[in-house]
Amino acid sequence: MSICRALLLTVMVLGAIGCGGDSTSKAIYNKHIVNIAGSTSVMPFTEKLAEHFMVEQPTFRVNVQSGGSTAGIQACMNKTVDIGMSSRELKPDEKTLQEITICLDGIAIVVHPDNPVTSLKLSQVRDIFSGKIKNWKELGWLDRRIDAVTREEGSGTRGAFEELVMHKDFIDDGIMVQDSNGSVKEVVATDPYAVGYLSLGMVDTRVSAVNIDDVKPTADAIKKKQYKIVRPFLYLTMGTPTGDATTFINYVLSKDGQLILKKEGLIPVNESK
Amino acid sequence: MRINPRLIDKLVSRTLSMQAYFTVGILVIIVFIIFVKGISNCGLSFMLTYPEDMGRHGGIFPAIIGTLFLVALSILFATPLGIGTAIYLTEYTKESRFTSIIRFGVESLAGIPSIIYGLFGFIFFVIKLGMGWSLLAGAFTMTIMILPTIIRTSEEAIKAVPKNLRIVSHSLGATKWETTVKVVLPSAAPGILTGIMLSIGRAVGETAAVIFTMGSSLRLPTSLMDSGRTMAVHFYILAREGISMEKAYATALVLVVSILAINILAYYTMNKVTSKYS
Amino acid sequence: MSPSKAVLKERIIKQILTACAFSSLLFLFLIFAFILVEGLPLFYKVGVKNIVFGMKWAPTKGLFGIFPMIVSSFLVTFGALFIGAPLGLGCAIYLAEYAGRQQKLFLKPALELLAGIPSVVYGFLGVIYIVPFIRQFIGGSGFSLLATSIVLGIMILPTIISISYDALTSVPRSYREGALAMGSTQWQSTSRVVIPAAKSGILASCILGMGRAVGETMAVIMVAGNALKIPTDMLDPLRTLTSNIALELSYASGDHRMGLFSTGVVLLSIIMVLNYLANFVIRRTVIK
Repeated sequence: MSICRALLLTVMVLGAIGCGGDSTSKAIYNKHIVNIAGSTSVMPFTEKLAEHFMVEQPTFRVNVQSGGSTAGIQACMNKTVDIGMSSRELKPDEKTLQEITICLDGIAIVVHPDNPVTSLKLSQVRDIFSGKIKNWKELGWLDRRIDAVTREEGSGTRGAFEELVMHKDFIDDGIMVQDSNGSVKEVVATDPYAVGYLSLGMVDTRVSAVNIDDVKPTADAIKKKQYKIVRPFLYLTMGTPTGDATTFINYVLSKDGQLILKKEGLIPVNESK
Repeated sequence: MRINPRLIDKLVSRTLSMQAYFTVGILVIIVFIIFVKGISNCGLSFMLTYPEDMGRHGGIFPAIIGTLFLVALSILFATPLGIGTAIYLTEYTKESRFTSIIRFGVESLAGIPSIIYGLFGFIFFVIKLGMGWSLLAGAFTMTIMILPTIIRTSEEAIKAVPKNLRIVSHSLGATKWETTVKVVLPSAAPGILTGIMLSIGRAVGETAAVIFTMGSSLRLPTSLMDSGRTMAVHFYILAREGISMEKAYATALVLVVSILAINILAYYTMNKVTSKYS
Repeated sequence: MSPSKAVLKERIIKQILTACAFSSLLFLFLIFAFILVEGLPLFYKVGVKNIVFGMKWAPTKGLFGIFPMIVSSFLVTFGALFIGAPLGLGCAIYLAEYAGRQQKLFLKPALELLAGIPSVVYGFLGVIYIVPFIRQFIGGSGFSLLATSIVLGIMILPTIISISYDALTSVPRSYREGALAMGSTQWQSTSRVVIPAAKSGILASCILGMGRAVGETMAVIMVAGNALKIPTDMLDPLRTLTSNIALELSYASGDHRMGLFSTGVVLLSIIMVLNYLANFVIRRTVIK
């Protein structure tokens, strides 16, 4: 008897929660909610922007999730999120979305700090990733296989890398694959013979970025258009941004927001303001 | 030359015991490493503060809350269903084609790998039902995942209840349901509880099915439709993306200690049951 | 309460309980339906041969070959079995035949606790300890078939131990007593009488261990290196079916996502075959 009643109660409670979950909680907390998802490259910076933003605007709650550029674009299209993040240019069939460039980012080719190879030609990078150069000896170091690491299909960083570095060549199947900037960095930071590519903003002392065609990857070199492996970080909205999403986007494009991005090693688009 | 069989026996016995202790050694080493590397960063404040800078600093409070919510919800959904199924299978029906189909279903569910649950939860709850990455989508997925454990342990527990108890109850004029609720379930309760605890352990440690259904937002979830992170997912992201090894170990410590505690409690309860009836 | 009311109540209760029991079947159906609905169209579109036996996975360029991943999944599974089965069986035999009561009381739960350690923790420790060890002392990048086999070998231990242990202990006492009475040593009785009698259960434990290894995801992603080629060496990186799904799922859209569901269809088929095999083997024992 009591179990039966409990069961019934459970069902009723569940029903109530299921129906009212979303609206009640929003009503109780009276918060402005902005959901953001997409590129793992843009995600850490958005997370940082969101942290600062929520200090200034305590009634806001910004949910930031990674998932990849394509997922972000998709989620944005079917309105699962308010803002999508992408680290690659939109494809023609995705152009229905509104794009807002929040900053530029270089893609750095990184090696272990102990690696004496500090400079590569763009064509050498291409040959490493297409599997033509397999040994460090060919690059003037010791006789040891190169442990190259790439990103997975669908990643914005990979898309940009293929477009800017690989051109028509395919990335070789024997090359290791990791699914975020962070995990590529982990592999390169722990394997002395590894080489990978990741967002310039993510480069720290644990890995070292090599010069490409004798240009050091710095914000300055990107601004002067000397460093060529550069892609935009995009925020995407379905139609013109509205309501709470606008407030956050305006913050990101404001002087404060852009300063945060600059501090993180990215190249702001709105510096003059 | 014939080797003395007694000698072989001794050798084999030694080798086998070495294997057994080696395997237990693996467990001890895992727990030891996590403990030593995690303890210095893991305190009450770590568990009660919010993470900063993606978890590089601060604590894991939202992840703990996310885990608790996920576990509570999925247990809440799965327990009535699981016990109901077990009661049906043991008390309300005879072995038939239908029961063997149901048993087949339960066995199959138990064998499906978690990534398939992740795929399913993602396409069904997150996309088709439009729940988005949310606690609710995660909880529903987890419910299906832990259901077989609850069904199997409950069924065994109910089966272990001596038949005479039921006969006596029936002869006193109780209906089948009254007998089930007042006689069978109370005696089977510790066994059922064991199943629930094992399920909690499974839900706490799961990553693949959770990350694609509940998402990985670091904020404190405040509604069922909010995305959130469990400790296991948080640990995975911290470790995999090299955000902070210290915090990763500390999170792993909380994770492993809670799972081991739950499992040990489960074995303790189960032992009490077996000693009661055997 | 009048008797008719009581009967009605019983009937309703029975219906509710039947519904509960039916839910498992419903969930199983839903899982299969949705994975198939999402995954099958691509088989029609691209062709079963080009998916299952295709050598090249480049979903954004229209290539969906998962043959290398199928091979890799089996390679790591056998690797795991090679490491996990002898160790696990040794443990099970020791527990069932040799260990004293006190030892058993400590060993059994300790061994079962291994199953409780989350797979991400295994993967993490694999990355921190096993991968660098292989890189430094054996060669390659460390992210390899070898590392994955070791990690999975440990992860399938609880499955192998608990199921073989059950099989061994279910061999009637009289078998052992008979053998011992004829003057054989403990090992002779174990190896010639008990193990042959428990053969099917032991086999089933290995098959279920394989199922666990094929299905494991997060730990594999962390240590396998995820390269798309079929590994030719124990030190080559590789990508399994599961890691293919988890690596790319959140990124994928359109045909790419369908390709991942097709991967799921193949994975699910392998798992179902393994489970069916295990069930078949176990049932055969029961009948015997």
